[in-house]
Amino acid sequence: MLDPSIFFASLLNGLTTGAVYALIALGLTLIYGVLHIINFAHGAALMVALYAVYLLKQNFGIDPYLALPLVVPGMFALGYALQRLIINRASHGKDENILLVTLGISIVMENAALLLFKSDTRTIDTTYTLSTVAIGPAMIAVPKLVAFAGALAVSVVLLWIVGKTDLGRAIRAVAKEKHGAKLMGIDVDHVYAMSFGIGLACLGAAACFLLPAYYVNPQVGGGFVLVAFTVVVLGGMGSFGGALIGGLLIGVVESLGGLYLGESLGQIGIFVIFIAVLLFRPQGLFGAST
Amino acid sequence: MTGAAKDLAGIFLFALATAGIAQFTDSGVTLNFVMMALYAALLAQAWNILGGFGGQFSFGHALFFGTGAYIQAMAQLHGGVNPWLALLLAVAGAATIGMAVGALSFRYGLKGSYFALVTLAFAEVFRILALSVPFTGAGVGLMLPLGESFANMQFGSRKGYLYLVLGLVTVALLITCWLKHSRFGAYLQAVRDNEDAARAVGVNPFSIKLGAICLSSALMGAGGAFYVQVFQYIDPAIAFGPGTSVEALVAAIVGGIGTLWGPVLGAVVLHVLADVTRNLFGQLPGINMVIYGVVLVVIVMFLPRGIGGLAATARSLWNKPGRTDRTGVGRG
Amino acid sequence: MADASLRVKNLSKSFGGLKAVQDVSLEVAHGSLTALIGPNGAGKTTLFALMSGFLTPDSGSVFFGGGDITGRAPHLNARLGMTRTFQIVQPFATQTVRQNIAVGTHLHLQGRHAALHDAERIAEQVGLSAQIDKLASSLTVAGRKRLELARALAARPRLLLLDEVLAGLNPQEIAEMIPVVRGIAQGGVTVLMIEHVMQAVMNLAEHVWVLAQGRLIAQGSPLEVTSNEKVIEAYLGHGTAARLRAAELGRLAP
Repeated sequence: MLDPSIFFASLLNGLTTGAVYALIALGLTLIYGVLHIINFAHGAALMVALYAVYLLKQNFGIDPYLALPLVVPGMFALGYALQRLIINRASHGKDENILLVTLGISIVMENAALLLFKSDTRTIDTTYTLSTVAIGPAMIAVPKLVAFAGALAVSVVLLWIVGKTDLGRAIRAVAKEKHGAKLMGIDVDHVYAMSFGIGLACLGAAACFLLPAYYVNPQVGGGFVLVAFTVVVLGGMGSFGGALIGGLLIGVVESLGGLYLGESLGQIGIFVIFIAVLLFRPQGLFGAST
Repeated sequence: MTGAAKDLAGIFLFALATAGIAQFTDSGVTLNFVMMALYAALLAQAWNILGGFGGQFSFGHALFFGTGAYIQAMAQLHGGVNPWLALLLAVAGAATIGMAVGALSFRYGLKGSYFALVTLAFAEVFRILALSVPFTGAGVGLMLPLGESFANMQFGSRKGYLYLVLGLVTVALLITCWLKHSRFGAYLQAVRDNEDAARAVGVNPFSIKLGAICLSSALMGAGGAFYVQVFQYIDPAIAFGPGTSVEALVAAIVGGIGTLWGPVLGAVVLHVLADVTRNLFGQLPGINMVIYGVVLVVIVMFLPRGIGGLAATARSLWNKPGRTDRTGVGRG
Repeated sequence: MADASLRVKNLSKSFGGLKAVQDVSLEVAHGSLTALIGPNGAGKTTLFALMSGFLTPDSGSVFFGGGDITGRAPHLNARLGMTRTFQIVQPFATQTVRQNIAVGTHLHLQGRHAALHDAERIAEQVGLSAQIDKLASSLTVAGRKRLELARALAARPRLLLLDEVLAGLNPQEIAEMIPVVRGIAQGGVTVLMIEHVMQAVMNLAEHVWVLAQGRLIAQGSPLEVTSNEKVIEAYLGHGTAARLRAAELGRLAP
């Protein structure tokens, strides 16, 4: 098991999965950074996006990567609507209510999927699903490589949006000082909804990159949500760099943990990290300590 | 009559009335409905102690449920322990886990979303452990052998189980009543409403919250043990999965958190809803939970104090003339 | 009443790069009614937090009644007889006035009935008798300030730290609150108040400390302190004292 080529393969595997985790976490951390809410529906929304990609392939023959221009805006619209119409109205100024509403939304999504698609696990077949590429001593599945590149590319785009555009400036203003931003004429409700939309759009992209190498069933969201939280908490709530590095780190930990401890115990390792960070260093690696 | 006396009378009447229903009906359907509604009420009441009165929302309350359930099962299967004694062990075990999680979380000041996340994580860890360890039956779960007798806590009809869960629900009601009318309960609600203000007048938030989570987890463990006795089966998904966590909290919120009767009301309403749904749509997988999720969102959006809160608002509006006189400036 | 003197020695606290409190030493005499003033951001509330245990100092110590309580938790200090109010009022919003006060009363009365009943006495002391069974959330700002005070009183403190108990009140409300505070002090409670309302400071305080930018810059009687140049400059800006003097001289010149 200490065979370096197996270790290397596992490492690469972890990095590619980690890049996707990072993309998922970026959306979550953006939502937290701007709206200061923890989106419990993040995993369920990813599941919705995965089903969307799946249906586009099964019913219309659209390749997942080509579905990006459809799924990403679609998820954005869903996010915008959810925040503007439901989450915004539910808070009544108390954080606990937002917790409950996002939880409620995730329950509805997951079980609606269960109703519509049953609990079967589904995968798609593409020409490249099974092809691999050699990197050093390891063989990496092509879809995973594409996922890695794609996730990083989208992350860069996201960082550009937040850093260099007018919208990004507005988002950062609202994140920092909501009342001040409002006084400057920024439509805070709109910015909130845009941020939530972007957060879900990231999930849309992640889904397009994930499905060729992965699968979908109604429970899949649950598995991702805790991992996403772990990444965000580890990297630091609201920190983009933290989400990127945290994602890669967790991906590697999960992969190596699975290799040496078996899949179940490897997963426990992630949760142990999660609990430990929450208890001992809640600001994460790069977050600001309050 | 003081508030406490009124509440106690109400609890007594409730127990009597429900026992009466059980005594005078032989309809299996009715008995099953009442039993399951009471079971849901027990879980909701357990959650309500920590979430409603304590203000700490746990999203992984199944952790304590599953602990109680597995202890109940394992004590009998591996230890040959009498089920009634096992029940005590299950409650104690769940409370111990509650104390551990509470000690860790509150010691490090976890609140709000972070606390919810941590409880979720702990529940997941236990689920994976239960899934991987042969001692707990791994993925297959544990099954109790059939052996109908009172001593064996297995009853021929739903009646026996109904009385059992009614007893547990009554205990939970009495505990909640105590919270409403005691110093501990006053301190707990003070910590919920404003922790710093409470500290300023001598309240130790850590020990108060710890006490609350112990009570809450103990009752939840009792619910788990009850489940095992009724269904004679437990597996990791049922024990530690999100289903149980969600059921407990939605019922409490729908009925009205932080109140005596809210959880019971919520449990009954949700069960009636589930029944109606089943009659309309049949046994569709997931339809119940979709409805629960929608109800949760709707309640939080429009009725944050739950259905019970509606009643309270109605009562205060009824009392309005003569009670509230908002006089002007300078009088506070 | 047992010794309620409060002494802080060389107390310092920084947040990141910001030095909120720098090397502050002062002594509140047993049985006195004193005030802590200073411009906004001077560190007064931070000092209160350090005194009562809500914050731990980076260096220095706090002595209450002769004993070292540096860094001790607030609830323990409350049991020793030190309570505080908050600048931004913190009512238990879902509870009635009576229930709010009872939380304080419970420090000394175990029984629920007794505590709820005793709340009436305290409510009367601060003028909230009429609202005693109303929800705390239904009170006006003035009412909430009284409630804040009542709850602290209910805990039977020897030393009461009042953080801007008059802030947000109109002149009539202030005029009504001043005798209440005086009454508390006359009842034997040692009182230290943070205050911006100078009318109250001049009226009530025997001794005043002035904090500016985390440092103690002056102390003395209210009259001494308000004519102190450094104090004027701290509030109105550098050079103001000289300009005021020059204007005064100019006015008097023929």
